[in-house]
Order: sequence, then structure tokens, then C-alpha cells
Amino acid sequence: MDTNVLFIFILAVFVGFEVISKVPSMLHTPLMSGTNAIHGIILFGGILVLADAATPLARVLGFVAVVFGSANVFGGFMVTDRMLQMFKKKKK
Amino acid sequence: MSSTIALIFIGVAVLFIIGIKFLSSPKTARYGNLVAAFGMLVALLALHKTTGDYVWSQGWNLNYTLIAIGTVIGLIIGAIGAYSVKMTAMPQMVAMFNGLGGGAAALVASLEFLRRAHGLEDVAASITVPMLFATLIGSLSFSGSIIAYLKLEGKFEKPHTFPGQNFLNGLILLVILGLGGWLTFNATGGNAVTAFIVMFSLALFFGIAMVMPIGGADMPVVISLLNSFTGLAVAADGFAINNLAMVVAGTLVGSSGTLLTLLMCKAMNRPVTNVLFGAFGSGGGGSQAGADDLAGKSVKPIQADEAALLLAYAQRVVVVPGYGMAVAQAQHQVRELSDELGKRGVEVQFAIHPVAGRMPGHMNVLLAEANVPYDQLYEMEAINPSMDRVDVCLVIGANDVVNPAAREEKSSPIYGMPIIEADHAKTVIVMKRSMAKGFAGIENHLFYKDNTRMLFGDAKASLNALIAAVKAG
Repeated sequence: MDTNVLFIFILAVFVGFEVISKVPSMLHTPLMSGTNAIHGIILFGGILVLADAATPLARVLGFVAVVFGSANVFGGFMVTDRMLQMFKKKKK
Repeated sequence: MSSTIALIFIGVAVLFIIGIKFLSSPKTARYGNLVAAFGMLVALLALHKTTGDYVWSQGWNLNYTLIAIGTVIGLIIGAIGAYSVKMTAMPQMVAMFNGLGGGAAALVASLEFLRRAHGLEDVAASITVPMLFATLIGSLSFSGSIIAYLKLEGKFEKPHTFPGQNFLNGLILLVILGLGGWLTFNATGGNAVTAFIVMFSLALFFGIAMVMPIGGADMPVVISLLNSFTGLAVAADGFAINNLAMVVAGTLVGSSGTLLTLLMCKAMNRPVTNVLFGAFGSGGGGSQAGADDLAGKSVKPIQADEAALLLAYAQRVVVVPGYGMAVAQAQHQVRELSDELGKRGVEVQFAIHPVAGRMPGHMNVLLAEANVPYDQLYEMEAINPSMDRVDVCLVIGANDVVNPAAREEKSSPIYGMPIIEADHAKTVIVMKRSMAKGFAGIENHLFYKDNTRMLFGDAKASLNALIAAVKAG
């Protein structure tokens, strides 16, 4: 394993803590939903392993991984957007 | 990796960070989500294999057809889920998407593990450990999220416990860790495959065993925790298949999710270990003692007409919404009542407890759906100091978060939890379907206070009656 990757990992841990430290509780649900969509990047992992799949079993499992990952990423962003479009200030 | 690709991935990482940052302010939240989605698109277009080949320039074959079909199916499932779900069922939806992500993370790691296990080369521990970690955490997140989903849907909401449960769970965890340890150094051959499958199955079971004993009220914390778990599993997958974007995105979710989980536990004044292993509200002497104090006291019911009078002639009304409002889908009626009172010159504010409902911010989302402007919503700390200057506090389907036992009853399981001090208002009107207990499973002392009136019935029906009475009055 490249130690550079480990370095990036450690930095990302701190950035993750830092960016949400001041989030108001009214945004906790959309924030959870939005970060949920971001880990939908696992779709790419699914694509990468399915692209190299050589056995029927690997194809089936890889296919399921792609479906799951795709539902996670698309559904996640859409549902977050749907929630957030409702946050409006009072119209005067 | 070429420097162009490296630059693109730095850009993607920045987009994700800005996206999360924007998500934490109401003004920019929607853009934040779009920025993160744009980052995802860039990462997809720039996707490279571990070998450095560009994924989308390889010859088209069966695998690519499967990728295309799978992505479209996932897109359709996601879109249907995202646009058909009722706002009240949002927590379930997030739990479900999270579970799917966890399942995908476990599958990706498993495939990579099995591919290498059948190979002839030895696998370095620095690859094996992330693969095993992603399998374990991903499958645990998958099964745990499904249980969380079912609990929120109202199936077996109550904690399921039996003596020695924590011991059994600990034992399973030890076996999993033992298998993982062995596999780290024996990652090839038939035995490795068998051990791997056993570990995978145990991890799935462990996810169920971990969430089953936790009551429905603690599901927000559980979902947030599982969300950060999935993030970490994705990051570990990124290590195993050498994809930097996955490492960065997964880690950001993992660490921000962990912080969010801790913030939620802090709001309930309980350590996270207590949520996970405490089997909250599953009995214990404390709640019994509380019930004895209340023996001989009775609640005072009120009718809608009288309640409407109290509201209409108040100067300041504070509404405390809870899960009952979500269940009754009554957020639109709440807004209508608030508008009617506003027309009569009554100052209406909403007090939101951080853990009201089944998810942090759950009430905010529902009230936003009903077009309640967010500057009318107040957090608990902001409203509590002025609660004694409130004429009427209207509690709609909230229970544990307004229970003064948290302040008065040392033996109560919720003692020390910060609450909205509804009982300080001159009059409290509690709208409730029955005298059923909240998720903590304890009596609510608020209902027995002298200044409390109970308005029984379905929240939506009661609110409609109130609106009609206020309009007429």
C-alpha cells in the first residue's frame, strides 16, 4: 500500500470532522442524506470489479453491486435535493 | 497514475468537501448537494482501472453491457424511491439507500478477495486487511440498515433483548475478528474461501443482532452510525482496489458521520455506548418508581373548542412537534393553524428538539414541506429560556422530549436528557392519540401537571377541529 494514500486518508478524516462542526440541527437529516449519497461512489468500485469479471459468479455479484451502488448514488442525491428544495425563507 | 488524472481527482475531492460544507448552511445546502453530485459525475467520467487503463475506452463486451443495465436499473430504483417516498418516511429511505451502499461495498470487497484467493500470488496484508474490513463493515451496515428500515416502518419497533445478548454478540464479534486475523495471513486457497464465506455470513448476522435490541427512538443515531460505517467500508474498498476518489469520499463520509453521531448522542445526553448496548427502556426499576409517584393523579382532558379559545386569545404560542405529527401526516394542518393564529395576531413559534421524530432535523424537513418558514423554527436552547413567558405550549405527538422526569426524576432512564421545558408555559395542551408511552417506555410526568390539558385523538383530526374553531371564533 502506498503511504501517500494513508496520508490522504488521515487528512480526509480531519477535513470530515472540520467541515460539519458547525452544522445546525435543522440540517442534520439533509446532511446525513447528502453524505449518504456521496458514499454511493461505491458504484465506481462495482463498475471496476464488474469490468474485470471473468466468471459467471463474479458477473452476478458485480452486477448486484452495480445496481446497489447506482441506487445509492442516484437515489441519494435525488432524495436530498427533494428535501432541500423545501427549505425556504418566509416570503414577504 | 498520470498527473492529469491526479489533478482531476484533487478537483473531485475539493468538490466533495465544498459540497459537504455547503450542506451545513440552510442558504447554500441545495447547491452543496448539486456540487457533490457534479463531483460524482466528474469522477465517473475520469474513472481509471488500477492498471491505469481508462475504463470507458476498453472494448465493449458482456461486462460493459451488464454495467450499463445495472446502472440504469439502480437509477430507476433510486428515482422511484426518492420521488415517491413521503416526507414522513424519509428516515427509512435514507436507511435503505445506506444499506444498499453497504451491500455494494461488501460485494466489491468480496469479489476482489475471491479473485485474489483463486490466484497463485500471495496477497499482501496491506491489501487483505482493507478488503476484510470493507466486507465486514459493509455487510454489517447492509443488514443493520434493513433492520433499521423495518423498525422505522413499524415492524418490531420495540427493543428485542434476551439475557446474555451482549455476551453472545461479543462472542460473534470475537469469532469474526479471529477469522479476519487468520485470513490476513492465509488469503489464498480453498480454506480461505470457506473462512471468508463464514465471516461474511457472521457479519450479516451481527448487523441484525446489533440493531435488534435498539429501540425505535434511537434509530436516528443508528442510521447515522451505519452511514459512517458504509463510508469507511467504501474508503477501505478504495484502498483495496487503489481508487483515490473512493478513499477520499468514503473517509469524508466516515468522519463527518461519526461526528454527526456523537452530536446526536450529545443532544440526548447519553454516551454512544449506552445507545448501542443499553437496550434503552427495556425495563429497570427506575421507571417503576416514577410510575408510583403518579399513582392517584389523573390527567385533565380538554375539548377542541376550548383549546381553540385558549390558542386564539394567547399572545405567544409555542408548538412542539414530535413523531406523532409525522405519523398523522399533520404538518400541513399545523401550518394552517399557525397561519390562522398569525392572522389573529398571535405570535407562533416552533420549538424543535434535536432528536424529535425519527431523525435529527426530521421535524424541520416536515415543516419545511408544509411551507413553514425556517426562521419561525427555534432550537431547544434558543427557546427554553423564554418558555415561562409562553401562554400556550401546544405539544403535537411529542412525548419523551418534553418529559420533565428528565429534570426531576433521578431514577428515570432519561434523567439528564435536555428537554424542551413545555411545563414552564402557562398552559400546556398535549395532543395525543392515547395514553400510550413514548419510545423510552416511561410515564410522562408532563401529562399529570396542573397546567396540562390533554386533547385526545388523531393529530390531524384534532388539528382540523382546532382550525375550524379558531376560524369560527
